[in-house]
Amino acid sequence: MINQCKHKEMTRRQLLSRATVAGASFVVGAGFIAAPNGLWALEVNALEPATFATLVQMARDIYPHDKVGDAFYVIAVKGYDTAENAPTIIAGITDLDNRSQTQKGAKYLDIGWERDRVDILRSMENNSFFQMIRGGLVTGLYNQKSVWPIFGYEGSSYEFGGYIDRGFNDINWL
Amino acid sequence: MANFELNDDNVVVIIGTGAGGGVLANELAQKGISVVSLEAGGRHLPDDFINDEWDSFGQLAWTDARTTSGDWRVATDFSGLPTWLVKSVGGATQHWAGASLRFQEHEWKTRTVYGQVDGATLLDWPIDATEMDSWYTKAEDKLDVTRTGDRPGLPGNNNYLIFEKGAKALGYKDVHTGRMAINSDDKRDRLMCQQTGFCFQGCKWGAKWSAGYVDIPQGEATGNLEVRTHSHVARILHNAAGKVTGVEYFDKDGNLQMQKARVVCVAGNSIESPRLLLNSASNMFPNGLANSSDQVGRNYMRHMTGSVYAAFEKPVKMWRGTTMAGIIQDESRHDPSRGFVGGYEMETLALGLPFMAAFLDPGAWGREFTTALDAYENMAGMWLVGEDMPQTDNRVTLNTDVTDQFGLPTPNVHFSDHENDILMRNHAYKQGQAVYEAVGATRTFPTPPYPSTHNLGTNRMSDNPEEGVVNKWGQTHDIENLFVSDGSQFTTGAAENPTLTIVALAIRQADHLAREMSAGDL
Repeated sequence: MINQCKHKEMTRRQLLSRATVAGASFVVGAGFIAAPNGLWALEVNALEPATFATLVQMARDIYPHDKVGDAFYVIAVKGYDTAENAPTIIAGITDLDNRSQTQKGAKYLDIGWERDRVDILRSMENNSFFQMIRGGLVTGLYNQKSVWPIFGYEGSSYEFGGYIDRGFNDINWL
Repeated sequence: MANFELNDDNVVVIIGTGAGGGVLANELAQKGISVVSLEAGGRHLPDDFINDEWDSFGQLAWTDARTTSGDWRVATDFSGLPTWLVKSVGGATQHWAGASLRFQEHEWKTRTVYGQVDGATLLDWPIDATEMDSWYTKAEDKLDVTRTGDRPGLPGNNNYLIFEKGAKALGYKDVHTGRMAINSDDKRDRLMCQQTGFCFQGCKWGAKWSAGYVDIPQGEATGNLEVRTHSHVARILHNAAGKVTGVEYFDKDGNLQMQKARVVCVAGNSIESPRLLLNSASNMFPNGLANSSDQVGRNYMRHMTGSVYAAFEKPVKMWRGTTMAGIIQDESRHDPSRGFVGGYEMETLALGLPFMAAFLDPGAWGREFTTALDAYENMAGMWLVGEDMPQTDNRVTLNTDVTDQFGLPTPNVHFSDHENDILMRNHAYKQGQAVYEAVGATRTFPTPPYPSTHNLGTNRMSDNPEEGVVNKWGQTHDIENLFVSDGSQFTTGAAENPTLTIVALAIRQADHLAREMSAGDL
């Protein structure tokens, strides 16, 4: 119950800060974060919603693709929301927020420009937390089959008979 | 399928079933010789292959513990994965692109032709193009190589059409869809290419030649070949006379077994083969088997490699069709006026989105990287592969601090570029970028080498027992019934993809072994 109250408080703060500063990517509920447009929602287990939301923003800032929705970044990092991983993530995000306060005078999520957030990430890019998150995203983000169509990648083709009759040499602009 | 007793000391034991070991096993079996092939991996046939890069990697890749050192970027970006090789019946022939090129005549004699190169251990092969000609023809016929014999070339895909137009705009002449071990018509035993892509993940049509589903089943059908899968060889044994007598291996259940042998042929690729010889050290051979020259593990070569990807205004969809769909050979000549010795080939290459993310610029992040991937659909790509300099300190050694799942010391792979490698790579990057700029590329990406698929030279061939591990037949100088049958025999690497040469050497070695055995000399 105490945790839930805490979550609710954070919800309001978070809503305010996100709404006024960073464009309201997330609505943070009691143990939930969700897209403002209702396209996705996730129940966080071991992490505070704000911690998870910061992690998602960090993931997007490492590999920013404007055509890729938050849902894909959420999926890419949701594996860290476990009791086993939580201490590492909490320590890492706390460090990230401390750097943000020191360097930019605000929490990471409250910094409006990507370039300012990237400055902070650059200051920690060689540490193990950053490298763990970045390395995990290489497969966590780009190996999601549902993200491939956004990049035009067609994936498995054997079941369609390959491309011999489906445009392996269809280039028309050369 | 044969079934030999562990104490049958009349069998030839072959370690590994790839381009070298798999072909050798079949060739010997066809000649009536009893063969036991020990393969660390399992059996994966075309139906089993997966059109998915990471899932396939999990299925096929050799991911046992290894370590790296040296100044190559792979040691930083992929410190535990120096190679992209395969643990499966068929070895790396399951994964290879299929490019089947003969060495150029001068590449058999680089010490003579290039002269002394500081820091390099160039050496002439004890064989030459004339001797190898008929063996190459046999290999091309076995693999059904396109543009050899009566076999037509493959059609070009989008990635090739861009590459060809750029090459011709630059004035390159020797540009075509390659000599590939991929069927281009319906007249062969195997199906023809369906332009599916995913050549690196194993060809689900079986259109690409692999020892795993071509040579090994052919050998088994003779009744003279037994393949034991999931059998990891730990040590080669010898007697007091200094002849090898058998091998110890961990079977599929992890139990240590001992197979006796009349002859042992090592074909575990250029990392595992020297590792096995070194791990087989004994009181009689304290530095490892066949290592009186101290050359086992040395002169590790991995080809000068790199890639160039390029983004265009409009879609290319490079992943469609044959992964290695064409070649420019104009730069493969030896022409020191370019500032380096030896030459390089330019070959189209495509990666899927997941591997592009992993390999385009390992470790990179932020918008410089992600805007490149945003252009993925509009990308074309090529691989650059050239002759690298053998160096005595580029080598595979045992890392006794790190052991594998069987408790055996792991191989450490140490590699640093020679200055000649760097000069060649920079030249190749420039030419590759020019090819794409000539057809309107808006951005080009000189991409660093991937974990090595071409691993060569760690048991090099020489007539001189002080300079090499094996003689011109792949027979070790120190032990008459111990042979090396894979790319680790390579004296120097040449510019070409090595598989065809490994296959040609294996066919030739089988002929030699059969002759020596029937004469009672082995």
